[in-house]
Amino acid sequence: MAAELKCRCRKRRASGFELDADLAIPLGAPAVTVLFGPSGAGKTSLLRVLAGLEQPDEGSIWLNGLCWYDSARGISLRPQQRRTGFLFQDYALFPHLTVAANVRYAARRERADRLIEAFGLAPLAGRRPGAISGGQQQRVALARALAAEPALLLLDEPLSALDAATRTRLRQDLRRMLVESGVPAIVVTHDRVEAMALGDWMAVIVEGRIRQAGPIQSVFGRPADAQVAESVGVENVLPGEIVGRDSGLVTVRVGARQLQCVDRGDSGLVFVCIRGEDVTLSRELPHESSVRNRLCGVVRAVNVEGPLARVELDCGFFLIAVVTAQSARDLGLRPGDELCAMIKATTVHLVAV
Amino acid sequence: MDWQAIWLSVRLAVSTTFILLALGLPLAYWITFSRRRWKFLVEAVVALPLVLPPTVLGFYVLLAIGPRSPAGALYERISGSILPFSFQGLLVASVLYSLPFMVQPVAAGFAAVDRRLLEASWCLGVSHLATFRRVLAPLAMPGIATGAILSFAHTMGEFGVVLMVGGNIAGVTRTVSISIYDQVQALDYAAAGETSLVLLGLSFTVLALTYALQRRIWAVWPLS
Repeated sequence: MAAELKCRCRKRRASGFELDADLAIPLGAPAVTVLFGPSGAGKTSLLRVLAGLEQPDEGSIWLNGLCWYDSARGISLRPQQRRTGFLFQDYALFPHLTVAANVRYAARRERADRLIEAFGLAPLAGRRPGAISGGQQQRVALARALAAEPALLLLDEPLSALDAATRTRLRQDLRRMLVESGVPAIVVTHDRVEAMALGDWMAVIVEGRIRQAGPIQSVFGRPADAQVAESVGVENVLPGEIVGRDSGLVTVRVGARQLQCVDRGDSGLVFVCIRGEDVTLSRELPHESSVRNRLCGVVRAVNVEGPLARVELDCGFFLIAVVTAQSARDLGLRPGDELCAMIKATTVHLVAV
Repeated sequence: MDWQAIWLSVRLAVSTTFILLALGLPLAYWITFSRRRWKFLVEAVVALPLVLPPTVLGFYVLLAIGPRSPAGALYERISGSILPFSFQGLLVASVLYSLPFMVQPVAAGFAAVDRRLLEASWCLGVSHLATFRRVLAPLAMPGIATGAILSFAHTMGEFGVVLMVGGNIAGVTRTVSISIYDQVQALDYAAAGETSLVLLGLSFTVLALTYALQRRIWAVWPLS
């Protein structure tokens, strides 16, 4: 049987908020699924429903052909029976137990001790959670969850309790630990850089509904609708490779083109993120300009959405520019036109793959 | 000094405290975590002994456990003796009388524990009962200790309920406070003074211990 999580559930809150999630996530091959959406979209609610900590009003949840919940048949497994490793935002470590006792809490001793070793927690084993750093707490919480041999890991904003510097440093660590654990994981986040850095697959939830789901690049690259596009925020997410660096700038190859951007220490394969608003369009290349990246191509489509126009430009790769509808009219943009796009090096963001 | 009465009061207070631990912990758990709409009714009933005159409470207990009530009749059939004016009857009354002194600090202790810790334990596959034992009870220990100490102290000093339900039988129902009352009635001020001093010293020690253990839970409470 294909490893898959199928969830279709509705839950209405007294506040009027309604969660109405219909989701099928292939688990296993893509190790990490990101549940992405703005705050208040219902991400945490959905996670709690999956873990069995909250009851939906109706629907069904299946994991790998095993029924966890089915309102029609009156089935609802308790959290204990579902065995999801739930990582709370602030980790919820037992404050009265040592690090070692936390990891061993619901696990066989040998397995727990192996994880304590593997996660580098041995030097902290005798300490209480209050006496270790946020990043260390996160590792303890992950080790504790994995020690109980979960079928599925659920992580609620796992990096939000950390300060900005630690967050950036631990992103790749967390990704590595999740992939190495071999347990499929669903990570809730509202941070798109985090989503790109952690996930293979992504589901976007807006106002309680799953609006789009798919491989992370395709969701970022081709949002299903304007609301998804707005919530993911970045119009252009392009796979690239760093091919050179010089005096504070790096050169990234995207398709057959090269872009320059500010060197923030990345190397190798990256996602290149460019917001549509940061792309300037012009009929001709200006003679003198501070802009580092100038790309010429052919207009493929012009979509006017209210006061804005989305222009799709084929310049060796697809580049989406967002300009005012007025500018698009003044330039007389039409599909097939030759056009130049300019992107300042400082507005190009790189996210490590 | 009436050592027999002091010993009886200690026995009564210890038994009451243990019974209240068995009853009060589940009740406090239910009050803390239940989402029933009518929960406030149960809370009000539990708090009733705080405001009710002991004689009123004692009167109803006497009716409830008397041989003419179903509960009293059943007890008489099983044990062959009656509840009123016996140590067991006194125990029933004391448990009811001290119920809020156990339940309220324990419930406050439970409420102070982060609910996510319990949820984390459940998700790790640990049952509700084991989670109670391994996470909730250890973290709420100051509240549980406060409840136990106050139940003990409150039972040590009770008078009105004892008089209504237990009467004044030496070695069976004559507690310390009744003994002091008797001594004063008999104009034996020296003996009454000695016994009172023992009770005063004990109560002060117990309360000092309570405040030292957990200020926050008890500080806002009226001392009856």
